[in-house]
Amino acid sequence: MGRENFIEVDRISFSYTREQGEIEEAALDEVSLSISSGEFIAVVGHNGSGKSTLAKHLNGLLVPAGGDVWVAGMNTKDEAHLWDIRQTVGMVFQNPDNQIVAATVEEDVAFGPENLGLEQELIRARVDEALAIVGMSEYAKAAPHSLSGGQKQRVAIAGVIAMRPQCLVLDEPTAMLDPVGRREVLDTIKELNEKEGITVVLITHFMDEAALASRVMVMDDGRIVKEGPPRTVFQEVALLRELRLDVPPIIELASRLRARSVRLPEGILTVDEMVTTLCQLRSGA
Amino acid sequence: MPTFKSITIGQYIPGESLLHRLDPRTKILITGFLVVGLFFIDTFWGYGLAALYIGIAVLRSEIPAHYLLRGLRPVIAIILLTFVLNTFMTEGEVLWQWRFLTLTREGLSRGGMLAIRLILLIVGTSILTLTTSPIALTDGLENLLRPGKRVGIPAHELAMMMTIALRFIPTLLEETEKIMKAQMARGADFESGNLLQRAKSLLPLLVPLFVSAFRRADELAVAMEARCYRGGEGRTKLNELAFQLADYVVLVSSGVFILWLAWAL
Repeated sequence: MGRENFIEVDRISFSYTREQGEIEEAALDEVSLSISSGEFIAVVGHNGSGKSTLAKHLNGLLVPAGGDVWVAGMNTKDEAHLWDIRQTVGMVFQNPDNQIVAATVEEDVAFGPENLGLEQELIRARVDEALAIVGMSEYAKAAPHSLSGGQKQRVAIAGVIAMRPQCLVLDEPTAMLDPVGRREVLDTIKELNEKEGITVVLITHFMDEAALASRVMVMDDGRIVKEGPPRTVFQEVALLRELRLDVPPIIELASRLRARSVRLPEGILTVDEMVTTLCQLRSGA
Repeated sequence: MPTFKSITIGQYIPGESLLHRLDPRTKILITGFLVVGLFFIDTFWGYGLAALYIGIAVLRSEIPAHYLLRGLRPVIAIILLTFVLNTFMTEGEVLWQWRFLTLTREGLSRGGMLAIRLILLIVGTSILTLTTSPIALTDGLENLLRPGKRVGIPAHELAMMMTIALRFIPTLLEETEKIMKAQMARGADFESGNLLQRAKSLLPLLVPLFVSAFRRADELAVAMEARCYRGGEGRTKLNELAFQLADYVVLVSSGVFILWLAWAL
């Protein structure tokens, strides 16, 4: 059964069962979405909204209780395709310390290709290439614990792209990093999307990160409650507040100015745009 | 307040000497021969030659002697005790006597040999750990144990566990330090009191450490699965070990020499 889109999530439901077997509130409730090749998607939502659970469904770490997930035409329920799916959709987690396996950077980046059983020369080539892409080549022989948080997370990204995935799912990759580390990681992600054409699904609760995406999905209570380009989604100031999400500062400013009857057009997203619009308004008036 | 920043794992001293460059398997095998061989030598001549062999290895390893002596320090008491017990407890031709102490010729030679044997064992094995990084040791062991898979030795799993342990020791030490500081900031005292009290005061340190170690293990397992880890089956390696000419030469010559020592002397 082939599907048109690269990733097709078809009305999936999932709930975590507790030890006693009682069922918790549904973590995912009939979620559907489709992702085309090369897209950059951000999934936002507060804690417990189901965004991490959704992420784990995209490469078969979790299998939906109801509904189906299709990755490049393969159903994640099909055990025969599990490893192909995991190679196609790579995953980066929140804590860089807990996803680095080996005691040197290059051996860790080699971990994925080694699992795929590639030839030694090919592994070497992939490792060198992946480290170059994330800008960590000079640290190839370093021990992971000697690196900064941002560097560790870039090594983790290299470890995933060394498997040549078509899609990268990042589950709050910057949550534990300082601002410098965040910048490094976000730049790397953007570059992977733009230069390498890798599809990116970025799970985050930072709205300024979501602004980098071409499409934003807002999750609440196991459902996607809003979907669209950042410009449109961020205008829903009331909805975002209700969902306990931060409204990006510039949107917030625009909304307050509008409340004071400054006639600002919709869709202002960056400081530059705000400055230009305000200057135009002033010279116009 | 102890800090763990400077900690090194194992006692590996990086270098470029012949011994550093040898394949870890060569070094592990020779060390194995040597350990077994030393138990079969029972003449001073034999020990002299073994000491000469180890001495040459020490010189070629370019490891400063005080590192080797440092390895001996914790066992000096054991060596002395072995020497004294064997010297005075062995029956034979009496050389000297004072009350209940009897020194015999046989005792002296047996005690002396045992002491030399222990010293050579420790220095010999130290050369291995001083010239081989823990990662190389793990690779070497995995490779050597691989044929044992048929009889149920889980070579890959053991090596993977060692690799992960090596990777996480610094991380957990860092975490220990962080928790210690956090507890001290809230008035915990890790340094005073008797042994029991001090052990008790470690409890608020160990509980969070263990909880976090388990959480880390859980997350790491998921991350490994996400990177297609499915055990050692069909796995290849970035740095596959390869014997060089030097390895064959050293392995064969050392093997023959040690065998001859054990057999003839």
